[in-house]
Amino acid sequence: MPDIREARAALTRRILDGEGKASPSERRAAFHDSGLGEPLEALVDKVARHANRVTDEDIAAARASGLSEDEVFEIVVCAAVGQAARQYDAALSALEAAAAGRG
Amino acid sequence: MRLRVLEDGHGFATKALFALIRTASRQPVLDIIKLAKYRPDFYGDPMSKVTQEAMRGPSAWSVGDRELMAASIAKTNECEFCTKAHTAVAQGAYGDGKKVSAALSDLLSDHAAEVVGEPLRATLLMLGKLTREHTVTEEEMRAVLAAGASRQQIEDALAVCFSFNVIGRLADAFGFSVPGPEALEAGAKYLLARGYR
Repeated sequence: MPDIREARAALTRRILDGEGKASPSERRAAFHDSGLGEPLEALVDKVARHANRVTDEDIAAARASGLSEDEVFEIVVCAAVGQAARQYDAALSALEAAAAGRG
Repeated sequence: MRLRVLEDGHGFATKALFALIRTASRQPVLDIIKLAKYRPDFYGDPMSKVTQEAMRGPSAWSVGDRELMAASIAKTNECEFCTKAHTAVAQGAYGDGKKVSAALSDLLSDHAAEVVGEPLRATLLMLGKLTREHTVTEEEMRAVLAAGASRQQIEDALAVCFSFNVIGRLADAFGFSVPGPEALEAGAKYLLARGYR
């Protein structure tokens, strides 16, 4: 499915490098789940690891730190896509190794 | 939803579209639609292309199989919105709920082995591990290949996994409300007829 690789790459390019309200470095940090200060780090980490534990207070804390709703929207999207991309890449490497081992 | 912009920050044309959907379906607009239509050039449009290709693009997996993968991934993430939505779509795609309920209750049971069959069962187990622990080993991948899944089928399943690990996270982080049975049924019919575009 070459189309889907292209589509996924386009999504990543858009959210990280395209126009946005949050800075590209903040979006990138959210995508990689690293290098953010509190309270964003706590929110991004929850989105990446156990999104069903995100609470109203987590979002309120991010807003209270001075972020607009649009910035929070972008950062949460970047965190979710980043985690799913890491899972995908890890699984693809395992698949390539397994397929190579089978000959 | 936890962000007001996702609830009502849409442009005039989109709000008109939502009014049309409410009238035609006699159901509230689902939060997933509100998210996809908010600043769609940022997330909704590029993500729809990814999901449409994963769920409806060419694949050796049937639409039912892929919807079942989506439901199973959502269940692993404990995302109530996505689990309910895609359980309904998978049941609709298969035409009955036997395979879906067997797969979502206990994949390791003899009953699931018989009803779900390989290589779908081994693939669902691998996707569960990947979703839960964020990684899988080479050995675990070998088990899926040994169960009869082709390399391409595994890649296709990983594409489904990518989409639903994004969507489930957003549903939970933004606090989607879980629709009632009638809205779920209407949503499932729409996704079967029209896909994710």
